[in-house]
Parts: sequence; C-alpha cells; structure tokens
Amino acid sequence: MKTMTLSQKAGLLSVGLFAVILLVWQLATLPEAKVVAEGIDPEYAALMGGGTSTAASSFPTPAAMAQTVWEKLSDPFYDNGPNDKGIGIQLAYSIARVLVGFFLAAAVAIPLGFAIGNSRVFYQALNPYVQLLKPISPLAWMPLALYTIKDASASAIFVIFICSLWPMLINTAHGVANVRRDWLDVSRTLEVNPLRKAFRVILPAAAPTILTGMRISMGIAWLVIVAAEMLVGGTGIGYFVWNEWNNLSITNVLFAIFMIGVVGMALDSLFGVLSKRVAYQE
Amino acid sequence: MTTTVSHPFLQVENLARAYPSPTGGENVTVFDHVNFRIHKGEFVCVTGHSGCGKSTILNILAGLDVASTGNVFMDGREVIGPSLDRGVIFQSHALMPWLTVLENVSFAVKSRWASWNKQKVRDHAMRYIELVGLKGAEHKKPSQLSGGMKQRVGIARAFSIEPKMLLMDEPFGALDALTRGVIQEELLKICAETQQTVFMITHDVDEAILLSDRIMLMSNGPHARIAEIVNNTLPRPRERSAIHKHPHYYPIRNHLVDFLVSRSKQFGALRDAPDAPSSPAVFDPDDLLEPEPAAVPVPPVGKPHIHLVNA
Repeated sequence: MKTMTLSQKAGLLSVGLFAVILLVWQLATLPEAKVVAEGIDPEYAALMGGGTSTAASSFPTPAAMAQTVWEKLSDPFYDNGPNDKGIGIQLAYSIARVLVGFFLAAAVAIPLGFAIGNSRVFYQALNPYVQLLKPISPLAWMPLALYTIKDASASAIFVIFICSLWPMLINTAHGVANVRRDWLDVSRTLEVNPLRKAFRVILPAAAPTILTGMRISMGIAWLVIVAAEMLVGGTGIGYFVWNEWNNLSITNVLFAIFMIGVVGMALDSLFGVLSKRVAYQE
Repeated sequence: MTTTVSHPFLQVENLARAYPSPTGGENVTVFDHVNFRIHKGEFVCVTGHSGCGKSTILNILAGLDVASTGNVFMDGREVIGPSLDRGVIFQSHALMPWLTVLENVSFAVKSRWASWNKQKVRDHAMRYIELVGLKGAEHKKPSQLSGGMKQRVGIARAFSIEPKMLLMDEPFGALDALTRGVIQEELLKICAETQQTVFMITHDVDEAILLSDRIMLMSNGPHARIAEIVNNTLPRPRERSAIHKHPHYYPIRNHLVDFLVSRSKQFGALRDAPDAPSSPAVFDPDDLLEPEPAAVPVPPVGKPHIHLVNA
C-alpha cells in the first residue's frame, strides 16, 4: 500500500466530501411522488398545491444548478436593463463599493492609527470614542447616511467605510505602539528624521499588524456589502440576492451565495499574499 | 591645571539618576555622585552587579536617557540628546529584521551622510561588513544569521557611521563563550585600527581585562557609585591566548573578582562616612609589584582558582 502525502489525503477527503454533499443534495431534491388523497376533488387539490402537474420544488437539483452556474458564468457581463444584469456586473458593483469604502477607511485609519499609537495623550483622548463606535453595527448607520448623503450608492460606501475603519485603526495603533524600543533607540542614535523614521522603521515594523487589521476589515466589508445592498437596492450582489428571492429563483440565490463566497475567498487570499510580503522573522 | 592641558574627551560630572518609587514613597536613587573622564582613543569598561545603573549611565551618555542631576560633556559640548557622534551597540543587537545585513548597515550610513548616492553608501557599508568578516552574507536577513553574526552586524553598523565615541551595552552577553572570544579579538583589532574611543559595559571580568585600558567598578545600588578605577597595565597588542601569562594579569583579575564578590557590597557603608573619598580609589597593578605590602595577595601564577561571581 503506497503512502500518500498530507495534501493528497486532504485532497481526497475534500473530493469525497463534495461527492457526499452532491449525493445528499440530489436525494433531497428528488421530485416527490404525487400524493393525491382519494376522494378529494382534483381541482381543489391543485389549488392547494398538491396539483396534478409536477410537485418539483423550486430548490434545484445539482444538475440544474450546474447548468445555471455554467450559463451565468459563460455570459457574466450582459446588461438587459435594471433587473437583469450579468453576475459579473453585479459583483463588479459590489467590489467597487467595497474597495472605495475600504481605501477611504485605510486613508483615515492608518494615519490616525499612527498618531494614536505614537502618542499616549492621543490614545487616551480618542480611546473612549473608538470603544463606543466600534461595537455599532455598520448597518445602523444606514438611515443616517441616507438622510445625510441622500444617495443610495454613496451611503453603501459610507457603511463600508465605517465598518472597515475600526479594525484598521485599532491594529495600526497597536502595531505602532508596540514597535520594539530597540529599533526606535537605533533610529534616535542615528538622528533619523521623523518622516524617515515613520516610513523606514515604524511602518515596516508595524506592517504585519496593520495588514492583519486590513485583512479583518476587508472580510467585514465583504460581509456588510451584501446586507447594505439589500437595503439600498439598484445594483450589486446583495441587491441581486434580494431580487432573485423576490423572483423566487432559489437557483439564482444559491448561485449568488456561491459567488459571494468565491469573491470573499479571493479578497482574503489577496491579503494573505500581501501579509506574507511584509512579514518578517525576528 | 593649565590651559595647555587638553580637556578630557568625555567628562561626566556628578551624574545621578532617580526613579519614582513604585510604592509611591521617596524617589529611588539608582546611582549618584558619578564622576569620570575618558580620553580620546581610550577603551573604558564598567562593571558591577545588576541594578547598579551601568546601563542607565550608558543610555545617558548615548542621550537616550536623561540624568536627574549632573552633566555629560563630550568634545567640549554638553550631551543633551542622541547624536551620530556616539554610536551604540545594543546587547540585543537591535537589527531591523525586515532589512538585509547590507540594508541595516546602509540605513545607518545613509543617516550619517544623507547626501551620498546609492553606490557610495553601499561601498561604505560593504567596507565595514568586510571589516567584521561578513562578506558574502550581506544579502541575508538577520533571522538567517547566528547570534555572533548578528552582533557583528551591530558592530559594523556602529562603526560605519564613524562615531567619535562608541558605547557598548554588554554586546557579547548573549553569545556563547567560543563566539564571544572570536568577536572580542576582532573588536580589539578594529579598535586598534580605528583608534576608537569606547565605553563598554560588561559582566565578564576577562573580557574587561582583554579589551580595556581602564576598568571602572561600580558599587551596588541603590546609591551606586564608581567605587574604584583599575588601570589595566597589560601591554598592547594583547592576545587572548597569551594575556594570562603576563604577571599583571592575575593581580588585576583577582582585584576585580574580589571587588565583585565582596567589596561592592561593603562600599555602601563607607560611602556615607564623613571622611569618605570624593573620588574613586585608583588601583594600579604596578604598585603590587613593588616590594611594599600588596593590598591584594598575588596567587601563584598557573594555579587554578575559581570564583563564583553572581552577575
């Protein structure tokens, strides 16, 4: 019996698990046998949903699902008006909102985190605000955003901004405050000017912590955009999910859920790669 | 003193450092009345038990810490903050782990000479990397280096800025004995070449004897002081393998060990006596070899004797 490597074993298990999921799915979505009780008027039965035609659920079989995925992915960018856009367009709207909100948040959180991490006074002054604002669900800001900004899309971006802000702010402050004293002492004895110290010493030293914050923020932002778009409507993957629910197209909802997962995974692994690049070993 | 006498290069006057008491009472004075001078090109070691404030003195000289009272003058100017004139070698080597060896040294060089172009910075840094024997490892990250190699980078970085004075805080404390011996000899060679003025903290008596011109002995804290200054009369150039054969070696070594084992504790009682000497006693091994009664018994050379020094 030949031995398998760890990843071969894991791969085999993954494939096996997938097969089991497909099997369970297939069994669960088998068309039900028509059960029409004797003595009941067939027309009445049809009215009550136990009709004479088919009893197929709107939950798709794996084969029907695969068919839909294939169709949707082979033409992702069509645009047939407000309620019928390709999945690529919907995802692009969502990703664009997330990126704009996220980078606006980074532009605020990282410099502010630097200031907080560098100064005890700043830290103590701003800490109560951060502690108070951090636990607020980003969606709770939505009415305020809609009232103030008066634009649905910009409000969604604002919600992304506000939810991305805190992990980045806290991690940046923490990373900057915990830069090893030795490195700061070295730069002091070398009379390194503050700007050079910030970019050449503190930033690289705190980069792994900052990037962890960015990664958490991005994860949260991707979670929140779906809910935010359900509220604001119009475009985006969140709107797509809600719209397909209203159309009672469970297949499309399932497909959207799958795509949300794929994009979320891609965004996270992007930050995984970035994290590796700034990581250092002491 | 006449005006023709050159001022000492480094002059420390009446230095003291007190910290707020953790229990909220009176301030705790770690050391006070610390006075000493270091001449240009001199290698001075300071030793004493943990807690006597050696590292604090070094940090004050570096400008990283501030004295409670007293002044430090270097080259006629008061030390009020960190400066490129004083290179520091940290015990923990303090290399930046995200930079390579070359980048670590270049960072210092670029800090010293901001107007230099890339090539000039690189060449200068490489010269000092070669000096400490790390040529070929310049593109490695500190995590890929052994403890001894890391400390060599620290030495290269400190020397590369060509400081007027070098401050070393137990630079070899974390190294194994064999590596330490090799780097000590390299340091000896580099200091001889560059005529570097050095102030170094060490717990290692043999290291102090091998490297220094003078050894300052500090009494135990709180209220630590420089209790004695030992003139190291061993001739240069010194070699690790031969140094212990010199007749001055064991008298100096015994004097140092005796101080650390017993006298460093007793000094506190003498300090507050009304007739206490205002300047530290100077021990010169030359005196021992005179026919007069020696203050410290000279053991027969070559007979092994072991001192347990609790550093």
